[in-house]
Amino acid sequence: MSADIGCPTNELPSPLPASKATADHPPAIVDIRNLSLVYQAADKPVYALSDIDLKIDSGDFVSLIGPSGCGKTTLLRVIADLEKPTSGDITVNGMLPEAARQKRAYGYVFQAAALFPWRTVERNVTLPLEIMGVPAEERHRLAVEHLALVGLSGFERKFPWQLSGGMQQRVSIARALAFEPRLLLMDEPFGALDEITRDHLNLQLTRLWATTGKTCVFVTHSISEAVFLSTRIVVMSPRPGRILDVIDCDLPRERTLDIRETPEFQHIAARVRHGLKEGHSYDD
Amino acid sequence: MNPLVFLPLVAVVLPFGAGVAAWQHPAALVAVGAALASLLAARLRPLPPLAEALVLLAGVAVAAAASLLLLDRASGIAAPGLWVFLVGLAALFWHALTLLAQGEGAGRVALVAGLFGLALVYLWEAVVRGFGVPSVLLPAPSAILAAMPPRADVLWDDFRQTVLHAVVRGYLIGCLSGFAVAIVADRIPFLARGLLPLGNLVSAIPIVGIAPIMVMWFGFGWESKAAVVVVMTFFPMLVNTLAGLQASEKIQLDLMRSYGAGYVRTLVKLRLPNALPFLFNGLKINSTLALIGAIVAEFFGTPIVGMGFRISTEVARMNLDIVWATIVVAGITGSTLYGALALAERAVTGWHPSVRRRR
Amino acid sequence: MTTSLSQRVLPVAVMAVAVIAVWYGGAVWLNAPQAMEAMARAGKNWSTADLVMQTFAMKRPVLPTPDQVVVEIYHSLTDYPIGHIRNLLYHTGVTSASALVGFVMGVVLGVVLAIGIVHVRTLEASLLPWIIASQTIPILAIAPMIVVILGNLGFTGLLPKAVISMYLCFFPITVGMVKGLRSVDGMAQDLMRTYNASARQVFWMLRLPSAVPYLFTSLKVAIAISLVGAIVGELPTGGQAGLGSRLLSGSYYGQTVQIWSALVMSAVLSVVLIAVVGLAEKLVGRHTGAHP
Repeated sequence: MSADIGCPTNELPSPLPASKATADHPPAIVDIRNLSLVYQAADKPVYALSDIDLKIDSGDFVSLIGPSGCGKTTLLRVIADLEKPTSGDITVNGMLPEAARQKRAYGYVFQAAALFPWRTVERNVTLPLEIMGVPAEERHRLAVEHLALVGLSGFERKFPWQLSGGMQQRVSIARALAFEPRLLLMDEPFGALDEITRDHLNLQLTRLWATTGKTCVFVTHSISEAVFLSTRIVVMSPRPGRILDVIDCDLPRERTLDIRETPEFQHIAARVRHGLKEGHSYDD
Repeated sequence: MNPLVFLPLVAVVLPFGAGVAAWQHPAALVAVGAALASLLAARLRPLPPLAEALVLLAGVAVAAAASLLLLDRASGIAAPGLWVFLVGLAALFWHALTLLAQGEGAGRVALVAGLFGLALVYLWEAVVRGFGVPSVLLPAPSAILAAMPPRADVLWDDFRQTVLHAVVRGYLIGCLSGFAVAIVADRIPFLARGLLPLGNLVSAIPIVGIAPIMVMWFGFGWESKAAVVVVMTFFPMLVNTLAGLQASEKIQLDLMRSYGAGYVRTLVKLRLPNALPFLFNGLKINSTLALIGAIVAEFFGTPIVGMGFRISTEVARMNLDIVWATIVVAGITGSTLYGALALAERAVTGWHPSVRRRR
Repeated sequence: MTTSLSQRVLPVAVMAVAVIAVWYGGAVWLNAPQAMEAMARAGKNWSTADLVMQTFAMKRPVLPTPDQVVVEIYHSLTDYPIGHIRNLLYHTGVTSASALVGFVMGVVLGVVLAIGIVHVRTLEASLLPWIIASQTIPILAIAPMIVVILGNLGFTGLLPKAVISMYLCFFPITVGMVKGLRSVDGMAQDLMRTYNASARQVFWMLRLPSAVPYLFTSLKVAIAISLVGAIVGELPTGGQAGLGSRLLSGSYYGQTVQIWSALVMSAVLSVVLIAVVGLAEKLVGRHTGAHP
């Protein structure tokens, strides 16, 4: 839990974990209780995740931030049913993660674009639709629509090697959105790109989120990226992997890059940085 | 479990041989009994996979041995029960293999592969005996093994002529000269750029075709076969050595330069060790090529001794058991050579990622 | 490290010239004894230049000169109609027919085995070590036996040679395909999991396309090997047709020029076949967005 030491203002939102479901509140899209993931390595157990409690509501943009080894990617993969926890409960859309995955409840964006080099841009976007058995006309329409959403209209017939890194990552975002899931899971999608491209993509992503109303869970290790994009920021720390703090970020929903200069932004970023220090992220 | 494993039960009602039913012959009783016993033992109590597999294998082994005795009496279609039983036995065996294959470790893999090989040999023996395949067509493994000791002297002479004379000498000359020319070509990049395309061309064409030419030049003796081996092994060694010499990273070369190390010292201390994986790759490929080259070259003409000679002439005389015996010797030779090289490679280049155990 | 066109072509050209020069020199050296004998019998005085010309024009030279080989090939192709037994093209056709049939069979076998090995763990543990071990055994040594056994069963002509070719080429294809099918990016596999793709969908949409580059590399190796298999398959029966049998009969009758022309023809055939596979690779690559 974060302490208030060193914070410049005295008006702070509550640091406690997020809302519970109440009668007039829709149930959380992702509900994690007491989750742990332990595995055996060499001679001693490794606690990749330890007693995680987190609720993510519809329309939230939640960032998971922390140093390497704090379990943020592991947590995302557990939500995606790419890894299984060793104890605790988790529901996604009210179901077990496995059922949610089989119902294709979420789109996943990896650290690299992971496009298939032998498919054109359009056919890369329609890959999940083909697997789901969507008819060809519908697939084409959805692909064109979502490529327009990420600003890549006209690139349908190109091959991945003809696109820059940033453009490839935008294709992978379009692919994740193509079958219109409610939930978007993103694992450091812009980490491999230069800062200027990242800024552009951050702007595009937040606009996309604002217009489509999707719920996003976003893993990053950039403090400014987390504060810029999110409604809530989950600070994690390693050994064992746990949640240190959840910081609500009440910046306006429509954001531009200039917001990074405002004092509110700096304040929240300072809180995040402080939380990371608390978690010994900057120690050896 | 695959439903096929229950075939042994069905097989009991069918004839196991000309007019012989399962319960009328002691060997048949033993066979069926062993199979059923192991099946029951494995299913009755929950066992760890390894134990279950071993129980099944024990039953299968006994049943298979007993069936072999029956196969002499059976003749093809007159013994449907026996064949159905063997199919069921095979399913049981496969199930045991599946259980074993789930384990980890090189030992497990060797076990599964070894058992599979034994099963193939057994199948061969069973089919040959059971269907009365004439030995001029396909002799049974037992017949081949029996044919080897009496002809051991012939086999040894052939081995000496082909392997010890032609293969070993040709291999050494070919690999050493390929290595030496590669070192020279490394010093003279122009030469390397000219030789590499030539090497790729030569590796594409059927080199064994030069055998008659070598016979013309060097006579019928082992020298011509060694010459064929030299030509076949020269270019793969050259190409692999050159690739290996280029495998050192620029950052490592810069380090040696910063120490003021000259060409020879850099070669010996850095570039050759880095090239070892490639060198071994070439040596292994060449061991296979050398043996093939020597044997096939002998198809084109040789004094009355040599493995290739033995195969081509005895095949014409339909003495297939000595032919198979020669092939067994050739197979053992090839595998031993390759295996020895692989062991040496593991010992010398254990640090290389391709040789290290994963994780 | 990019080398300019002249840097790449010049050494090859120099090497080609050097090879031809050495070839002519070797012809002089190796044919000289026979030439001197022939001229001594003719009784005339001869100079070195006469000797050299004689070595280039012998009927049964120890080493024929390049021009002799080329002339022989040219005559063999043009003097007789295509289907005639003395036309080298006829023999080339016979050999390449068996090589291609064996190649196709080997590709089918290799791909099927590779798919089995990748999907069935028991097959991988039991079969793959034997497939690797089988390559250390000189398979070509079995060629005569295969020809004889199949002959006894009534299969003569193309089939035994194709079987030998098939056996020789299925190994590089199996090994290459297994490597290719397994070369799939971990991220791409995770992606398919998030789509809840079935094993069949993962195979057709991900594994198979990833394996195509590896497949083509093995195809080039395999087609060269299957040609060798077809040629060797012609040796045991002392067959009448095919490049291998031309090699064999040339060696029996001491017709060196015939041997060399058959050898050169098989080299040319090999290069052409590999180039065809390379062309197919380029065409497939263009269709599947390969980086040029």
